[in-house]
Amino acid sequence: MRTSPTFQYNLQFTALLSASVLLFILYFVGRESIPLINEVGISAFFADNGWYPLEGQYGLAPMLVGSLLVALGAIMIATPLGIIAAVFGQYYAPLPLAKIYQATIELLAGIPSVIFGFWGLIVLVPWINRIAPPGASMLAGIIVLAMMVLPLVILTTANALTRVPPTYLRSAQALGLSRWGIIYRIALPIAMPGILSGVVLQSGRALGETMAVMMVTGNVVQLPDSLFQPIRTLTANIALEMAYAVGDHRIALFVSGLLLLIITITLVVMAHYLKARRYGQ
Amino acid sequence: MVSNIKSKYAANELNLNKAKFKHNIIALAIWSTALLTVSLPLMMLWTIGVEGFPQLSLQFLLTEPTHAGRSGGILPMLISTLWILCICLVTVVPIGLGCALYLSECVTADSTIGRIVGLSLDVLSGVPSIVFGLFGYAVFAIQLGLGFSILSGGLSLACMVLPLFIRTTEQALRACPTAYRRAAEALDLSLFAFVARILLPSAASNIAIAFIISTGRALAETAVLIFTAGYVTRIPSHWSDSGRALSVHIYDLSMNVPGGQPNAAATAVVLMLLIIVINLVAHRLSKRWQLLE
Amino acid sequence: MYDEISKISALESDQTEKLHNKQAILPPSTKPSAERITAPPVSLTNVSVRYNDLIAIEQANLDVPAGQITALVGPSGCGKSSLLSTINRMTDTIPGCHVSGEIWVGDKNILHTSTDLSYLRRQVGMVFQQPNPFPLSIEENIRFPLKEHGIRDKATVNHMIESVLTQVGLWPEVNSRLKQNALRLSGGQQQRLCIARCLALKPSVILFDEPCSALDPLASATVEELIKQLTPTYTVLMVTHNLAQARRIADHIAVCWMQSGCGCIIESGDTESIFERPIHPITRAFCQGDKG
Repeated sequence: MRTSPTFQYNLQFTALLSASVLLFILYFVGRESIPLINEVGISAFFADNGWYPLEGQYGLAPMLVGSLLVALGAIMIATPLGIIAAVFGQYYAPLPLAKIYQATIELLAGIPSVIFGFWGLIVLVPWINRIAPPGASMLAGIIVLAMMVLPLVILTTANALTRVPPTYLRSAQALGLSRWGIIYRIALPIAMPGILSGVVLQSGRALGETMAVMMVTGNVVQLPDSLFQPIRTLTANIALEMAYAVGDHRIALFVSGLLLLIITITLVVMAHYLKARRYGQ
Repeated sequence: MVSNIKSKYAANELNLNKAKFKHNIIALAIWSTALLTVSLPLMMLWTIGVEGFPQLSLQFLLTEPTHAGRSGGILPMLISTLWILCICLVTVVPIGLGCALYLSECVTADSTIGRIVGLSLDVLSGVPSIVFGLFGYAVFAIQLGLGFSILSGGLSLACMVLPLFIRTTEQALRACPTAYRRAAEALDLSLFAFVARILLPSAASNIAIAFIISTGRALAETAVLIFTAGYVTRIPSHWSDSGRALSVHIYDLSMNVPGGQPNAAATAVVLMLLIIVINLVAHRLSKRWQLLE
Repeated sequence: MYDEISKISALESDQTEKLHNKQAILPPSTKPSAERITAPPVSLTNVSVRYNDLIAIEQANLDVPAGQITALVGPSGCGKSSLLSTINRMTDTIPGCHVSGEIWVGDKNILHTSTDLSYLRRQVGMVFQQPNPFPLSIEENIRFPLKEHGIRDKATVNHMIESVLTQVGLWPEVNSRLKQNALRLSGGQQQRLCIARCLALKPSVILFDEPCSALDPLASATVEELIKQLTPTYTVLMVTHNLAQARRIADHIAVCWMQSGCGCIIESGDTESIFERPIHPITRAFCQGDKG
């Protein structure tokens, strides 16, 4: 369609502006981090013995491990449950129930993370405390995070399942395959790249989650050797210390933000290509 | 001979029964898992409701907090939240709408620029909220000198909500029938006229839903706001004042204020009710508009 | 530029309105042949259409005589519609689509880069297979494009709305509900509204892309009759795969066929000779119903 140049430029401007927000973030978080990276070197952040920023010890390793473990645990719980729940919504639930189910899941996906954290704090932590004190622990983080991520996994999986061409399902039905047979042998394998892409995306979300995790994991900087020990994640560290950090301490927090940013960007790009592969086939 | 065939049939029957049994077990497992996945979060909401409802009253909504929030109400947080939301959406809507129009009308999804913008939006929507917080702190609060303020918070939140709004709006625009585009092309309408008279009105309902979904996401966010909008519990009188959002209030009361949990629960109930209302409105709207079409 | 065009179109509008009045009085089947023909002929010389590396149409030659109806017939998928949309350069909007050759509308080669697309789209109107009125009111469907082209005077616009709606026979059916949403009209009425919308911009050539194939037989007959009445004021080129329809209303026929993987025009001529004395064996088979 013919366009006046002004209109076109205005639209193009907003598009480039939106796209450049990411560059701005990378630039500013990077710019804030660079001085300290130059001063102590990248390896210091992984090799230092602990997180004593005031004494020049910037070991992020325990918190990175904490973040990874909590996210991994949550995803390992949420993925199988999420796939089964999505299969239920798509193929097992009778129509009116399926609609209600979908609406409920959408609602649950919108619950603020701070509410999950609050529930973890007043219900889950005391409950774990009775089994193995102190209660605020990696396990609590994993459970709360799994509950948070679960609806998102269900939604992305359901979305991938709806994109399975219905002709495949109908021809399988005509061959007399059982419902579970059709799901297990046809629907799930076809939808798998989409499902995986969703799972990778959600693990990025789990890794980046701050509030819910911070409120239940106890926030002790240590490498945990059991599920019941408290840990601190990278995100929680930023949220907890940003308020009073100054100087190199503050910069070190930006470095951990940069680290988070790099990990999540990698995950999103991975998810993107997983999805693209599906369409490429 | 006959008995041989009979026994074969019997064996088949047995296999069939076995298969049926197996599938029943699978169905049972799937139903119970599905129930579990919704019932646990619903129980969570129930618990918070039970904890929070007794404190809830009109008084709670309309008074200022006292004793660091242990008693009193949440009026300043409601007002701050509203301000932050307004600033966030006022920023997001024009930019997001423009970007969505550009993606759906000016470029194709597989063109270089379409792919670059699309990928960067996807990545942006995966960036952890705490990083948006760091960014907002470094840029809006420090670099631009806005300090801990509602403006800083709203703008940081806008950066976070932007990709969601663009993607949902873009979908709404792409749902517009190609027949309209072809007719507009053949009649040599300008893009602006087409957008203003045909495209936006026909996609308005879905854009409204995109708007509501984005509002919900903005309302649910906490980590971005902690060190951009700040902690102050006064009623903000200007957008350069610091203000505490509802979600930040819940966090602060439950973590930093001993004895703050009852009021935190009540605030959580308020926040949850807002989210549920937003969800219902979006759902109802999409249903009604589907019927109209 | 716009001023000039609107002057010309104002002149033309006088003439066509006289025509419209005449047509309203005359019985529908007779054509006012005594009028001076202002519509230009269209002529395609060696036109090829490529989609990236795929050749859709190879070296098509076609003469569309001025003020008459030419039907482009052939089996589906042989590129009839692609060929049709080269004439108002709708093909420009398809990514990867490339048109070569020469297309003359009057004395202008519209494939030339200097072509004013805006003028071309007004000169060459197009009606699609699926009726596609905008989701606006009936009168707004006509008023909106007019406004877009700088015709804003209320009286002129209202007059134009009445005149084109009369011309397509919709006026008596809709004059009491012009504010109603156009999507509430029946399929046939929608298609006639689309034709009216197209006429309002005062084209001299009108392209029809299977205008009746989405309509029921009755509505289809009304639209056919309407297309017949458009001559000789307009040069009409229509794509159809309905041979009976082509025979009923077209003055000339061009047969499009797939040969070695791409579409080409294998024969063209006036309706009678194509049906009675076809030269090409495929044409013979096709027109007698053995093929396609």
